[in-house]
Amino acid sequence: MINLTIDNQQVVVEPGTSILEAAQKVGAKIPTLCYYKDLNIIGACRICVVEVQGARTLIPACVAPVAEGMVVKTATPEVIKVRKLILELILSDHPQECLTCARNQNCELQKLAEEFGIKEIRFAGAKTEYPIDDSSPAIIRDPRKCVLCRRCISVCTNVQTVQALCAENRGFNTLIAPAFNEKLADMECVQCGQCSLVCPTGAIVERDDTAKVWAALADPEKHVVVQTAPATRVQLGEALGAEPGSIFTGQMVAGLRRLGFDKVFDTDFTADLTILEEGNELLQRVTTGGTLPMITSCSPGWIKFCEHFYPDLLDHLSTCKSPQQMFGPLVKTYYAEKEDIDPADIYCVSIMPCTAKKYECQRPEMNSSGYQDVDVVLTTRELGRMFKQAGLDASNLPDEEYDEPLGISTGAGEIFGASGGVMEAALRTVYEVVTGETLENIDFEVCRGLTGVKEATVQVGDLPVKVAITNGLGNARKVLDKIRAGEADYHFIEVMCCPGGCIGGGGSPIPTDTDIRLKRITATYTEDERMSLRKSHENPAIIALYEEFLGKPLGHKSHELLHTKYTSRGVNK
Amino acid sequence: MVACASNASNDELIKQLDKIIDPYRGNPGGLIQVLTKAQNLVGYLPKWVQIQIAEGLGVSLQEVYGVITFYTFFSLIPRGRHKISVCAGTACYVKGTKMVTTTIKDLLDLKPGQTTPDSRFTLEIVRCIGACGLAPAMIIDGKDVHGRLEPELIPAVLEQYA
Ligand code: SF4
Ligand code: SF4
Ligand code: SF4
Ligand code: FES
Ligand code: FES
Repeated sequence: MINLTIDNQQVVVEPGTSILEAAQKVGAKIPTLCYYKDLNIIGACRICVVEVQGARTLIPACVAPVAEGMVVKTATPEVIKVRKLILELILSDHPQECLTCARNQNCELQKLAEEFGIKEIRFAGAKTEYPIDDSSPAIIRDPRKCVLCRRCISVCTNVQTVQALCAENRGFNTLIAPAFNEKLADMECVQCGQCSLVCPTGAIVERDDTAKVWAALADPEKHVVVQTAPATRVQLGEALGAEPGSIFTGQMVAGLRRLGFDKVFDTDFTADLTILEEGNELLQRVTTGGTLPMITSCSPGWIKFCEHFYPDLLDHLSTCKSPQQMFGPLVKTYYAEKEDIDPADIYCVSIMPCTAKKYECQRPEMNSSGYQDVDVVLTTRELGRMFKQAGLDASNLPDEEYDEPLGISTGAGEIFGASGGVMEAALRTVYEVVTGETLENIDFEVCRGLTGVKEATVQVGDLPVKVAITNGLGNARKVLDKIRAGEADYHFIEVMCCPGGCIGGGGSPIPTDTDIRLKRITATYTEDERMSLRKSHENPAIIALYEEFLGKPLGHKSHELLHTKYTSRGVNK
Repeated sequence: MVACASNASNDELIKQLDKIIDPYRGNPGGLIQVLTKAQNLVGYLPKWVQIQIAEGLGVSLQEVYGVITFYTFFSLIPRGRHKISVCAGTACYVKGTKMVTTTIKDLLDLKPGQTTPDSRFTLEIVRCIGACGLAPAMIIDGKDVHGRLEPELIPAVLEQYA
């Protein structure tokens, strides 16, 4: 162990600890900007400098390891003067647009300016003028607000292994962007939005589609329905100021009704439907010698990743559309017929923890109802914004229930939001369908948690089913490379694009870090346990849907509405 | 260097570039060596060269491009015989960087980041070149400083470089 003194207090820490982490132990909060725990520790911005006795210069605390006998002062007048100077230099090349910025009041740079009491921008230097990239349906990049911290590069390169961004040029002219300043819509970016989650400022944000939704709600001709993704109920609270892990299911439903949606439905319903379609697809592949392992297809960022980087493995993808895209066509066919509404008048809104869903709903093949199946997707962050605009105080809203029939769901649908949830939900159903027996313990703990690659073998009748579960695209790569090498003998693989699954998706409330992801996961399984039904095949609304409309899983109608094809895209095209 | 590019057909260049890449195939560690040799071969590093290198070494185009733009030694555009670097430091900016670039554009039909079709000049914009007293200033071929520029003085300056 290492002994040192920080601000006149003795601290004992493990070797290799940074000064920044050691200081946290004695309650000294050193400001940071480029630093991001476990992700980006590069010492670029120097806002975290401290005084170390005997050192000739000030030392950046985020990268400097502690040493035996070190004497550190974290807040001398000199230190504060230098930090303030650094901040002023950053601000001199930053647009002063806080009032109209998506990150207003949730921006690390703005917060630093407030903490340091910046009253004026002293340096009127030249400003870099790089154009905004609004080519993507999912995220918008505004390099003028970029502080060059490189967190986005770290997450895109090291966590997602997409590497859509790089630092171009040097010094003042540095630009964080794709090579040749290519547009995000025209290259391998999978639209996952993980960069928007870690960006300290408004330099990468979700595309704000709230205006479209307000317009639809104001249109008396439109029948506006909404579906809410599994993860949104364990996220919305945070967007409105509640503690991470808060569950806001009933309040979210109530709030959506107050906003004026004609029907409040649930993506959990089509998550249950996905299990029936996908479970049967798996059984069919196993019994008829189809392509195995089969890989889940719920996550549009993952689909785009596979299309770019592993086009040779596209046959492994389940042909099932994602729950969001199963919902859209059902609303505009099944529900429209049932309620006798012209599908042309139905406006279908999704609330998703995901930016890639914005991209997914615009894919040309997502028109199987004869209309664009899902008209617009809002992230959890945008829904939070709508609640605020409408003055809805969620904590004072009553608990309300989803509308029938597309709002009826089970715990299996709910856990789709967490890594391992699709697999667990599938196992609950496949086991009972194949064996005809009731599962004694439906909690498949091996599927749960944040581990990057989880593996298990589950005995289903006389078949030992080998499964793998990955979250974060870098982890997916490990398993995909095994398939390519012919070394993977799994039957079924769940891949979720974002770390932790959808509860950590790119449209989640900010901040989203490992601790917060874990709290949302716990909340997800709490919701699951609260449900009276916890197996997809027991969902009465799904049973009725098959009886009244679809016929049987993988039947003709299902193929037409609920299954899809993929496109080989490649890289550098 | 550039002569080489104009002599060889594109197919021939692709083959020669493959030979340069071969010893490093699948090895991202060879990036700088390959880029240096590729630039010697082609004269500069256009997009198709970068893509061939990225795919050969098994790295992303972003990685290749980031390295190229970090080192001033590497060039994204064909280089002219003379390099004009117009200063856009604060002093020059205030005194007329815009005037200098517009005048050059009018005279040579040349914008920053471009080379004239006859390969005579390449134009770039740079930060303070340390001649603030002479603002607005430019430096040609990295050594000749021309200061206190005015629109009517610029043609005579350019005349000196064939
Ligand atoms: S990024 Fe932050 S500091 Fe910059 S305009 Fe937006 S809120 Fe203000
Ligand atoms: S959206 Fe995802 S893939 Fe695209 S740049 Fe951001 S992190 Fe990379
Ligand atoms: S875009 Fe955001 S995350 Fe990326 S370098 Fe700029 S400020 Fe940092
Ligand atoms: S936070 Fe330490 S250098 Fe940026
Ligand atoms: S600003 Fe142009 S030489 Fe200094």
